[in-house]
Amino acid sequence: MELLTYLPQVFSGVNILILVLGTIIGLLLGSMPGVSPTMAVALLIPFTFHMDSTAGLILLGVIYASTVAGGAVSAILINIPGAPANIATILDGHPMARNGRATEALHYCFISSGIGGILGVLVLIFFTPPLAELALRFGPSELFWVAILGVTVIGSLGSTSVLKGLIAGAFGIWISLIGFNPILGTERFVFSGHLQGGISIVPALIGLFAIPQVLYMVESAWRGQTGEQFQMEGRSIWQSVRYNLRRVRSLSLGSVVGAVVGLIPGAGGQIAGLLAYDQDKKFSGHPEKYGKGEPDGVIASESANNAMVGSSLVPMFSLGIPGSPTAAVLLGGLLIQGLFPGPDLFTQHASVVWTFLGALLCAQILLMVFGLYISSLSRFVIGIPKEYMAGAVAVLAIFGTYSVQHSFSDVLVMLVLGTGMYFFMRYGFSPGPVVLGIILGPIAEENLLQGLIIAPALDGPMPYFFTGTINLILIGLCVMSIGYSIYSELKIRSRRRAGERAGGAPEA
Amino acid sequence: MIKRLSKYLMPLMAVPVAFALGALGTVKADWPDRPLTMMIPYTAGGASDFQARIVTIPSEDELGQPVAIINRPGAGGQVGWNQFAAGARKDGSELAGYNVPHFIAQSIMHTTQYNKDNLEPVANWGADPAVLIVSRDSQFDTLEDLVEYAKANPGRVTVSGAGQFVGHHIATLQLERAAGIELRYVPTSGGVDAMRFVQGGQSMAGFNNLSDAYRARDRLKILAIADLERDEEFLPDVPTLKERGFDVDDTSVNFRGVMAPQGVPADRLEMLSEAFVNMFNDDRVKRRMSAGGSPLRVMNREETRALWDRQQQTLEQLFEGMEAN
Repeated sequence: MELLTYLPQVFSGVNILILVLGTIIGLLLGSMPGVSPTMAVALLIPFTFHMDSTAGLILLGVIYASTVAGGAVSAILINIPGAPANIATILDGHPMARNGRATEALHYCFISSGIGGILGVLVLIFFTPPLAELALRFGPSELFWVAILGVTVIGSLGSTSVLKGLIAGAFGIWISLIGFNPILGTERFVFSGHLQGGISIVPALIGLFAIPQVLYMVESAWRGQTGEQFQMEGRSIWQSVRYNLRRVRSLSLGSVVGAVVGLIPGAGGQIAGLLAYDQDKKFSGHPEKYGKGEPDGVIASESANNAMVGSSLVPMFSLGIPGSPTAAVLLGGLLIQGLFPGPDLFTQHASVVWTFLGALLCAQILLMVFGLYISSLSRFVIGIPKEYMAGAVAVLAIFGTYSVQHSFSDVLVMLVLGTGMYFFMRYGFSPGPVVLGIILGPIAEENLLQGLIIAPALDGPMPYFFTGTINLILIGLCVMSIGYSIYSELKIRSRRRAGERAGGAPEA
Repeated sequence: MIKRLSKYLMPLMAVPVAFALGALGTVKADWPDRPLTMMIPYTAGGASDFQARIVTIPSEDELGQPVAIINRPGAGGQVGWNQFAAGARKDGSELAGYNVPHFIAQSIMHTTQYNKDNLEPVANWGADPAVLIVSRDSQFDTLEDLVEYAKANPGRVTVSGAGQFVGHHIATLQLERAAGIELRYVPTSGGVDAMRFVQGGQSMAGFNNLSDAYRARDRLKILAIADLERDEEFLPDVPTLKERGFDVDDTSVNFRGVMAPQGVPADRLEMLSEAFVNMFNDDRVKRRMSAGGSPLRVMNREETRALWDRQQQTLEQLFEGMEAN
């Protein structure tokens, strides 16, 4: 077994140093709002020039895994996701923190991240050749349906009503169309030079989540309110581990959905957490608790987005096709080191690849350990007075947005979207559906256009989009997803009416 | 680690040396006084991006400053190049990577803020010809198989490429005209995606970069190369379209290099051109580029200017009567 042969190399001198430091740096970078995993990996690529290829690759892989996990910290504590992957974590993680269960939420997040992450890496180690073939079969029609499946989730994402969720999602899809047509290169909806680059995901994510929080903090500090300052409870790690391991359904559902979505080229980990969260909610016996601080929600989304990390590297290692935007940047790092993906990679550079895989596995355990340690330190974050916190988040938001592509236009777009969101949140809209719209819009558009170009060369658009095993499975999932949403919405409503619980739903 | 440290200490030690040289009348020490940026209008991890990162590795030796790569992807390069032409600093510290024929073709077919006249070539590092590929298990074994099938089934052969009006699209157009066939071009968002389409059977064939095809050669059949001569270094057995009787020249060859916005002082452009040419000829660069199957073709400012002018003419003729849709 090659993994065991090369495992000792993971623990040799420089490698173990990079592994440990990389995990800690990654967790810290990830927990800063505004620093996405893609950006963190891109920032570190120049450092790998001076390292040998094994150490360089370990650094990038470890940073990828730990920034994804670290993004949950700011999601839970200050309601700002560190990356698109952590949007679903907010939905129950932050309510848990508000209910005085912040430490518990962070524990679940890191335990689930570690478990999901290990599964993802095991998939990468054992199933790369067959799964890479499967990944290749996702063409424009299949990816279009994946995007539509994502759209079916939008309505249930934390707004006070399904209708508001859908409106917000449609708005997100619309603004994703601003800029150039991705296939033909013509301009749409560009009224100002600032919009020419379109609205990209990271500035939108930062603006829509962070700016309303900043304004909210300023507002409450200005009015002299302390707001609902929540306390961090003391909670033993073992208690959390025991509870977490008993949530078999959420853990396995999250890990499996994450691993599958990670494989799909282009769809990427950005929607893994959301799809897992949605599925878990639908399979749960008490879907009405989701969004109000349900631990299962945190467990499902965090195990999913870390399971995605390993499996998004499957098509990259064997075919050079990255499964997520971050994997694409990592591919660049690989090429610069002179490591070219393909079946030969595992034979010609066996030492590098297997040491890397071993390191990635160890990183999952390390990030679980360090993450749990960080959880107990997080009370200092909570203790920071609101006015300082608002300042720090605002600085990070602007810095993070600008540094993605050194564009001041992005900063303007971020601020405008964020300020708008602050006002719309008062009317029960939430930022999750908007961001999901911005993520899914381009995937759906690009693949629909490509499908329509390809279809006439085959048998026309209808057979192209509506036949084929994967297409039919995905269409089935879409129909089930919509049907179940309607069914459960009706059920919750009738139950609510029957119970005659007054007060209405508290805002998420 | 010691190697790393010395990397950072070197610039410190270079300061007194630079002063000494300055006293002797060398201008190199005055400028650049801070890191340069080079904007690549494609995603990180693509061929243009990783080649740019490789060829700028020796920049601290040649310019005394590192070159930071900034990715600003979108619409086949239009987003990045528009912003570059409109807003880049004119002191020579903000540079961009160019891809010819892409940016020239876009400036002809779309309303862009850039054209070959408001940009200044600095130096060219690479020439990546387009190659015609099909997947390993394709029914086509030779170029002739594909052309024959396309003659019998007009519009039914799909050909993927890295986008609208890039080299791959131009190669497809040229092959269509030379062979009198009708192909169906499928633009994707980059070379990696176009390659995925061929490998996964979403398109029947594709034009792609020689460097990418070379690396994936075990999983593909490479039918032909759209250049004037065969590539003796990487693919000596692959015929050119021309030698098989299809009159396709080297217009679609993807030339990559460095450019500056119009308005940068001429002496700085000359200095940059010299420094970049030296970088491209560095042994470290040659070794890494060759490992990736990326052909180097180093050209200075004047040679690059001539290339741009020649391409402008050819492309205007090729696109005559075509709509941008």
